[in-house]
Amino acid sequence: MPTRGTQHAASTGVAGPESTMALLRELVAHLRQNRTQLREEWARRITEAELLTAMTKEEIFAEATSVYDNYVEALETGTFEALQAYARNLSERIIPRGVETHEVVGIVLLLRDVLARSLFAKYQADFTKLNRILDAYEPAANRIANTVAVGFVQERERIIREQQEAIRELSTPVLQVRERLLILPIIGVIDPQRARQLTEQLLRGIRTNRAKVVVIDITGVAAMDATVANHLVQTVEASRLLGATVIVTGLSPEIAQTLVTIGVDLGKMTTVGDLQGGIEEAERLLGYKVVPFAETPVEN
Amino acid sequence: MDVPVLKQGHYLIATVQSALTDADLAQMRRSLVEQVGKFRSRGVIVDVTAVDVLDSFACRTLRDIAHMAGFRGAETVIVGIHPDLAFTMVQLGLSLEGVSTALDLEEGLAFLDQQTRRAGRKTLHSGTVIATPPPPPRAKR
Repeated sequence: MPTRGTQHAASTGVAGPESTMALLRELVAHLRQNRTQLREEWARRITEAELLTAMTKEEIFAEATSVYDNYVEALETGTFEALQAYARNLSERIIPRGVETHEVVGIVLLLRDVLARSLFAKYQADFTKLNRILDAYEPAANRIANTVAVGFVQERERIIREQQEAIRELSTPVLQVRERLLILPIIGVIDPQRARQLTEQLLRGIRTNRAKVVVIDITGVAAMDATVANHLVQTVEASRLLGATVIVTGLSPEIAQTLVTIGVDLGKMTTVGDLQGGIEEAERLLGYKVVPFAETPVEN
Repeated sequence: MDVPVLKQGHYLIATVQSALTDADLAQMRRSLVEQVGKFRSRGVIVDVTAVDVLDSFACRTLRDIAHMAGFRGAETVIVGIHPDLAFTMVQLGLSLEGVSTALDLEEGLAFLDQQTRRAGRKTLHSGTVIATPPPPPRAKR
């Protein structure tokens, strides 16, 4: 054992690059040699910690194998692109299964611990060497934990964004029910972003369909904050600039209260209790009269 | 730049073709109000289809035109406000309150016909607006 090692014992991560690589190679060899039992130990600890409960034992073992191999390879090569790609791929698979962030972070940390303990066991006789091994191992292991966790979180965020976009597109149809009459049924929660999108779609719809009356039905909206309520009023005014009258229907008591609180000028907005009433009013404005067949004269 | 004003029966149609300076706006207002008197027009349409921006002075001018033409016996309607412009204006509080608006020239003429008929005056346009039922669609959906 070179005496230089003794002086390095107390310092962290100051081993020269060649010796770090040599150490990493040694430790990777150890991890590969003991792959089977370390992987089993890790899978056991995952189950003990009650992580990945959404997956079966076989699935956990299969994923554990892949993670282990990718982990060791990242340690060996010092590059993390392959690991990043694997982390994203893994996330794509397990997120729909309901696996949570704390589980993913948990299992990676458990693996780090399992491998660290195995290193303690192997090098316990030589404290100096153990320290140097850990100096080489720890930064790499932390970087790996970080890469996997970040990959998982990014994938989750991507999925959430996709889902939000899908929901938004689903929920704001502008429907023409008669010549010059549009209906905009709104359901759910309106946040400022959705409100903006609604307005844009509505104003374009008014122009495309040459609508003269629009019925905005908010029966399906439980509440809206003052910002969104103001936005609704502005939408009504903007529609008027395009020559269309807006009738708002289905206001809940809460929303009625909000409108009163923010001081909406009711002269600016026509409201009717329910959608049926709104459509009837709209038809009246457009000059339609709905008459049952029995009353209409038969034409020859 | 002078805004071209066309006479169509008892109506005047002013088509704004680009961004107007304050002086241009004032000139348009003077011109329209004068011509309402000269031709005894019953309606004024200001078409802003080609306009990207309407600032507070432009909005005030449009309101002035409506009031002044009104004093001289004519109904005014602003047409052709672009959807994006409409919302921006409302957000900035420029809502053209008290001024009639319509989607485009066709709608504007229909509106004026309705208004003048309601006022009990004769109109030279025949049958462009039917109260029940509405006319068949001209524009493709």
